[in-house]
Amino acid sequence: MRNPQRTEKIAFFFLLLATLLIVVPVGLIIVVIIQKGAPAINWQFLTDMPRQGMRAGGIFPAIVGTIYLVSGAILFALPIGLLAAVYLSEYAKDNFLTRIIKLAIVNLAGVPSVVYGLFGLALFVVFFKFGASILSGALTLGIMILPIIITASREALESVPYSFREVSLSLGASKWQTIRNIVLPNAIPGILTGTILGLGRAAGETAPILFTVAAFYLPQLPQSIFNQAMALPYHLYVISTQVPNVDEKIRYGTALVLLALVLFMNLIAIIIRYRFRKKKKW
Amino acid sequence: MKISVRDLNIWFGEIHSLKNLSMDVQTNEILSIIGPARSGKTTFLRELNRLNELERNVKASGSVTIDRSNIKKINTESLRRRVGMVFALPLPLPLSISDNVAYGAKMCGGKSKAKLKQIVEQALKKAYLWDEVKDRLETSAFKLSGGQQQRLCIARTLAVEPEVILFDEPCSGLDPISTAKVEEAMLKLKNDYTIILVTNNVKQAARVGDRTAFFLSGELVELDKTDRIFTTPRDQRTDDYIRGKFG
Repeated sequence: MRNPQRTEKIAFFFLLLATLLIVVPVGLIIVVIIQKGAPAINWQFLTDMPRQGMRAGGIFPAIVGTIYLVSGAILFALPIGLLAAVYLSEYAKDNFLTRIIKLAIVNLAGVPSVVYGLFGLALFVVFFKFGASILSGALTLGIMILPIIITASREALESVPYSFREVSLSLGASKWQTIRNIVLPNAIPGILTGTILGLGRAAGETAPILFTVAAFYLPQLPQSIFNQAMALPYHLYVISTQVPNVDEKIRYGTALVLLALVLFMNLIAIIIRYRFRKKKKW
Repeated sequence: MKISVRDLNIWFGEIHSLKNLSMDVQTNEILSIIGPARSGKTTFLRELNRLNELERNVKASGSVTIDRSNIKKINTESLRRRVGMVFALPLPLPLSISDNVAYGAKMCGGKSKAKLKQIVEQALKKAYLWDEVKDRLETSAFKLSGGQQQRLCIARTLAVEPEVILFDEPCSGLDPISTAKVEEAMLKLKNDYTIILVTNNVKQAARVGDRTAFFLSGELVELDKTDRIFTTPRDQRTDDYIRGKFG
């Protein structure tokens, strides 16, 4: 005979198990990285150049490079992504072509990052002759996170109630005034969520920067956007697989810095989003 | 004569929502429109300020003129400023009370802050809301009660200084006291504006309407002085509806 309470208990157990299966590995990863990486973290490690073939010294140029790349990618992708999202959700007629474009953008978000790397190599490095440079890398990362930003922004725009638009239009506001004054301010939290996701992805990816910007080792900081740069994820890859006898401490320290950097950028975006949500009046 | 409608037909896809509608609206009258659900009342209102055009698959034929000019020839922004609308549910914008009222005037442009403040005060007074909100103009409009929100929406429409105000079942979500306040405001507004009131509440039409129109399945059955409609309607269907035999 079936006992509904027992069924519920079993179901509850499996739901809890599924949640734990997600939480526990994430927790373990963070614990292990902190445990093994924390001893490496000191002021010198954060602000010094790598020494002795990257077996000692700091990771300063990689930190700087990653910050440049992520900022450049956001600077490029956020305005374009936002404008595209506004066009797609507010202006574009709902026809076959628009639906194809929307579908394509969603699919682009799932394209493997190494494909973006190859695309960046062909377009920015070779065709536009930017060479392997911060510019090429930032643009490649920007293109990679565009679909994420567009999709999240579209969802944010479309979640603003239709009645607000109708009211605004009925008061004699033009379509652009309606978007500018009513739709966009209420979509900002959602747009920032998309940007946070994009930020994290841009900071962590190795493949797109592999061919477009990343340097194995540079003795100095980049002087302009046409220079190559070191970056944390690639540096981590290099000291983990390409350079023998690197102290485990340094490798985990690098991973910890990368993790902290991404979390820190997320934190900033979360604070901005929180501020906007608090201002929201409905 | 303020508004003149001739042979108006509206289709949403395959649905023929308004059929061969011809009628006139006089200046400074309250014209009530009654009728059961899906009889085309709201569609008619939304045609007058061209909100129907926002829908997909909408087709219209015939003509609507306001002060003898065809509404299709007026640009939508200035038409909607001349023909204001109060919706069925109170729909404040996610702004403060004063920004809600000032919104339309602001979008129109070219007004100083002092002037906007004055517009806000006047509009709120006309909507009988000023005394209740004058100390908290900067708080969110969503903090108001439903009845206050609806009067805020009326004030917001008045602030644009329209000539015609369309009320689309403005009291459907309100309690009797709020309803009385909204009706009081409407009767006062009649002196300065032309008002078209769509209502599901037959008694409300009787209370405030100078003339009343009865819509059924997209057709205008009868349009006459309100007391005529409610005492000696010419059409049997009007009589049945008013007596509550259907709808």
